[in-house]
Parts: sequence; structure tokens; C-alpha cells
Amino acid sequence: MRLKVMTTFRILLLYLLVRQTTAALGLTALGGHPQMVRPLMSPMAEAAAEAKLGPLPPTLRERIRAQTAGTDNVGLFFGEDIFIAIGSILLMRGFLQQNGILVEPLNLSVWAIPTAIAAFLIHATRLLFFERWLAKEAAAHEKTHS
Amino acid sequence: MIGLSAVYLLAGFVFGTIAVLSAFDRANPKRWANAAFWGLFATSFLAGDYLGDLGNGVLVISMVVIAGIVGLGHGRARNSNMGMRKSLAQRHGNKLLVAALAIPTITLIGALTFPRIVIGGAPLFDPMQTTLVAFACSVILAMALARAMLGERVPAALDEGRQLLDLLSWAALLPQMLAALGAVFALAGLGTAVGDLVAQAIPADSRFATVAAYTFGMAIFTAIMGNAFAAFPVMTAGIGLPLIVMKFGGDPVVMAAIGMLSGFCGTLTTPMAANFNLVPIALLGIQDRYAIIKAQIPTAVMLLMVNTVLMYVFVF
Repeated sequence: MRLKVMTTFRILLLYLLVRQTTAALGLTALGGHPQMVRPLMSPMAEAAAEAKLGPLPPTLRERIRAQTAGTDNVGLFFGEDIFIAIGSILLMRGFLQQNGILVEPLNLSVWAIPTAIAAFLIHATRLLFFERWLAKEAAAHEKTHS
Repeated sequence: MIGLSAVYLLAGFVFGTIAVLSAFDRANPKRWANAAFWGLFATSFLAGDYLGDLGNGVLVISMVVIAGIVGLGHGRARNSNMGMRKSLAQRHGNKLLVAALAIPTITLIGALTFPRIVIGGAPLFDPMQTTLVAFACSVILAMALARAMLGERVPAALDEGRQLLDLLSWAALLPQMLAALGAVFALAGLGTAVGDLVAQAIPADSRFATVAAYTFGMAIFTAIMGNAFAAFPVMTAGIGLPLIVMKFGGDPVVMAAIGMLSGFCGTLTTPMAANFNLVPIALLGIQDRYAIIKAQIPTAVMLLMVNTVLMYVFVF
């Protein structure tokens, strides 16, 4: 894909999807702030924004980095619970078992799916608005500094 | 019958090996602290049954003292560096994904088929623990697969695992420790106290108010503790089980699954969850200490409301 096609929104949306899907497969260590966000995702998101909007002030660049880091967290939290052998599922199962209720890990993980979909839709919408906000702020900054 | 004790034996062996490898790693200035920390963790897996509650408690506190006062160092795997990894990644390409994806695939297959394997009238795998046993089997098989496909040796895997574990350091055990803390809180009666408080504050017959008290309670208590694992035993003992499940006849599976995810909404909003919300600030060179939390709060609040509605609709 050419860089022009890769907007900040599309990059973050794609990362959210990949992070959620891989976490749902139990591969939580594939993403993360030191492994993926700092070396790869946040430079890509910043570069895409600057390719479109021109050089950005540090405050806006930092907002993009924070948004990328937050996207990693959202993807991880609302993906990992779909994997049946993740810690939180085992904790839920163990706690219910101690209280005399037997549940299957698979059922617990299936009931994480509605929230996972909602998390994706909500955060994706917010990323879209974030990109619009970014364009507006960049234009305002240009005006005051030209 | 293969059950939890076999998984604990495997975990004890892995962490024990990591402790020994740490002790011999001269590149790590705090190698003895690392060796003692992971050695104690291995001991809890291997001998936890014989130590008793007091013994295990002393063991956990010793680990906290080592990590808190002496501190843990970062070890280095012997035979790898970034350049080597890059060239290996280029050589192996997509084959690397096969080994990684083997873990979830085998876990799922095992969790579904293990309960049906019966030998001589007795189940081969403990029917209560098939998921964890399947998970452990999948890790062993994925390692064997990686060994066959990529030619790396098992000691290398343990040494790389040690390096990854040293990067996470004691924070790797934070969820378990906090879950234990939550269980102690629940035992001490905090859950009952929360339940009484909620019973007084909300209309007794309102299902929606009860569900909302549970989901928002999970989020708020998680924000205070920094982790949903500590909040879950307390809120579930206080509101989830006695009110949603016992009183209103709600489904414990839906209650627990969406309750935990409501707690995760709280994690997004709190500086107490430092490894997710504050550590990356320094890593990414951001001035505003709370920039990540600010970026996450709208998603967290909206999702918490969606969770409350989801639970109300599906739990009864």
C-alpha cells in the first residue's frame, strides 16, 4: 500500500483489529508498548498524519502517540478475554468453583465476544473523530503560526 | 489422571530452570536476586501443597521483599541479539506464525476433546482442568514443532523466555498477587460489607440498579486497586453472587464474563494501572503524564454503559 492510502485513522484501526484478534488467540505478547507501539505503530501513525497535514507541533504528535498507546490497551483488554486459557478466565472459573458453581472456560470466553465487538465499534468511531479533530487542530495551528 | 499437579510440575520446572539460568548470568548485576525470586516462585508450584497456608504466605512475602528492597535485574540471553533475530525472521518468514498459532489451536482442540478421552473406564485428563492441561500440552507441542521446523534447541527457548520474563520483571506476577489480595479481602468480609452497602443504597427489587451497581462497582474498585483481578472476588462475593445470581436467578457465566470486562473499563481510567497507562508515557516521550488515560476515558465510559446494558439483557 502507498503511504498516501495509510491515514492515521486506517493505521490505528488496523492495529486495533490485529491487536484484538491476536490477543483473542492468546498471543498477547505480539503487541505491547515496547514491542510494537514505540518502534512501529506510533511512528507510522505520526508519519501518516504529517504526510497529510504537514509538520505537526509536538503537542499534536504526543496526542497521536497517546492515542496509539491507548489503542494498544483497548485492543489487548477486550481481545484477550476471548482466549480460553487466559488468566482472567481461569480466575473467574476458580472463584466460581470455590463458591460451588461449575462453569466451562469456553462459555466464559464466548460471553466476552459481545463486549469485544462493542469495544471495537466504539473505539473505531473515536479514532475517526480523533483524525478529524487532528486536521482541525493542525489547520488552527497553521493559521496562528503563519 | 493428568490434572493440575502435572501442569504445576511443568511450571515449576520452567521457573526453576529460569532461576538456575539467572544465577549463572554474569551480565545481570542482580543475578542472585533474580535467582531467588524465580526460585521461590518455582518452589510454590513444586511444593506449594506441602508448605501450608502460612508457608506459602511467607514465601510470597519473601518474594515481595526481594523485589521491593533488593530489586530485580535484567538478564541477557546467551546466544541471541537483535541482528540475529532479524536475519532469522527473514529466513523463516511465515513459518514462525505456524508455531505461534499452534498454541491457541491445540489448546482449543484439547479443551474440546480431552473430556472425551477415557482409558479403561477412567478419564485420562482431569475433567475439571481440561483447559489448563490442554494449554500446557499446546505449549509443549508448539515447542516441539518449533524445534523441528526452525532447528532451535529447547535450552534456547528457556533462555529467551528468561530474557522476556526479566523485561516484565516482578510485574509479570502482579495479576496473580492482586487476585490473591482480592481473595483475602473477600475472605475478610469486604464483599459482604460492599453487598450490605449496595443493598441499602439501591431499590431492593430493581434488577437494572443491581446490575449497574455490579458493573460500575467493578470499574470503580478496579480503578482504585489498579487491576480487575483484585476487584473481581470482592465485588462478585458482595453483589454478583448473592444478588444477581442467587436473588434474581441470573446466569453466573454472563455475570462473571461481563463483570470482569467492566473491571477492564476501570483499568483504562486509572494511574494505578501503571504498566499500561504511565510506563508507556516515558517510553513514548510524552509530556502530559495522563495523556494515555485521557485518550482512553471516553472509550472506557461508553463501553462500561454498553456492558451494563449487555449484562442486563443477557444475564436473566
